Amino acid sequence: MSDISAQDFHDALVAHKLILPVGVPGAFGRGPVFEDVLRRFGDLVTEAAKDDGAEQMLFPPIIDRRVFEKSDYLESFPQLAGTIFSFVGNDAQHREMMNCVHEGKPWSQFQSMTEVVLAPASCYPVYPQFTGTLPEKGRLVDVQNWVFRHEPSPEPTRMQSFRIREMVRGGRPEQVADWRDQWLERGLTLLRRLGLPVEPVTASDPFFGRGGRMLAANQRMQKLKFEVVVPVLSKEKPTAICSFNYHQDHFGLLFDIKTQDGQVAHTACLGFGLERVTMALFRTHGYVPAEWPAEVRKVLWP
Amino acid sequence: MTEAIRNILKEHGRLSVDISTLTDAADLYQAGMTSHASVNVMLALEANFEIEFPDKFLRRSVFSSVSAISEAVDEIRAAR
Repeated sequence: MSDISAQDFHDALVAHKLILPVGVPGAFGRGPVFEDVLRRFGDLVTEAAKDDGAEQMLFPPIIDRRVFEKSDYLESFPQLAGTIFSFVGNDAQHREMMNCVHEGKPWSQFQSMTEVVLAPASCYPVYPQFTGTLPEKGRLVDVQNWVFRHEPSPEPTRMQSFRIREMVRGGRPEQVADWRDQWLERGLTLLRRLGLPVEPVTASDPFFGRGGRMLAANQRMQKLKFEVVVPVLSKEKPTAICSFNYHQDHFGLLFDIKTQDGQVAHTACLGFGLERVTMALFRTHGYVPAEWPAEVRKVLWP
Repeated sequence: MTEAIRNILKEHGRLSVDISTLTDAADLYQAGMTSHASVNVMLALEANFEIEFPDKFLRRSVFSSVSAISEAVDEIRAAR
């Protein structure tokens, strides 16, 4: 597979009606063929996890601003966060705001911060659900959501809004670490069955600023984050399609989560970037699923 | 200088024990300092000593004890 530019990849996805441009970068719509592949991949994750006894949870793509503030997200990623503002003024202020809108002037001064922010990851609403003492075997939650990241880009795999299917684990340190290692193997097997040349790599998050460089170095040194990467635009700079994060006692401390023996619980999560997995499949096997290799088709369309 | 470092750790280190009970060699992460707290400690050290930690110093081990921090600050000052 030769390299492709972000623009050419975007144009190919559009030409095959896989994605539908809307004007704003990273906010495109998804066509039915794209969605069919995405849903079928989700079903494979469900199948792989069926004996785990995960609790299913579903949250709206917004979270309580207080949970968000408590989570340290703003400390780590202020540049990615999406805070929801709304109009709460009177008639006169409404008229003033609309004058600004119609004249193309700034109108943010008429907006006030609300109680909610856009979910930056699927797992954030789960940790407050763990508050208290976990059962002996810990807890495991299966959750999917639309998430927001403020990073507009013409590169199709870098979206402002996308879906993450996540598994979230809370428990004793060894329970959590073992679970993560087991899922890393499972995730690689699953993606390789789909003909994706994936590899695991040690990774770090895009923490903000100089302090962020230190956080990223710590994260790498302690091997707290792994990504599964696959060539999409280039072999040189492969794209992460799945990410494993071990938070140690970070969320346990913040949300008062304890194990049976009274210790602070550890947590970890893994997430499949569903759009990215889907795009990797189109890029690897071609833009027309009917022409994909038979062994891959057999897995997705059994 | 260790006194100034200890004061900064007391204020920004979010330690789970009293800093005065720790030796200069004691592991601050073991004493409850989180990664985020270590960033605040780093920024407070920069302000207090009027230095800037170069990238190669932005590592976990540099902030792991009072003596490690003291050595780093000395090294950065000496390089000026």
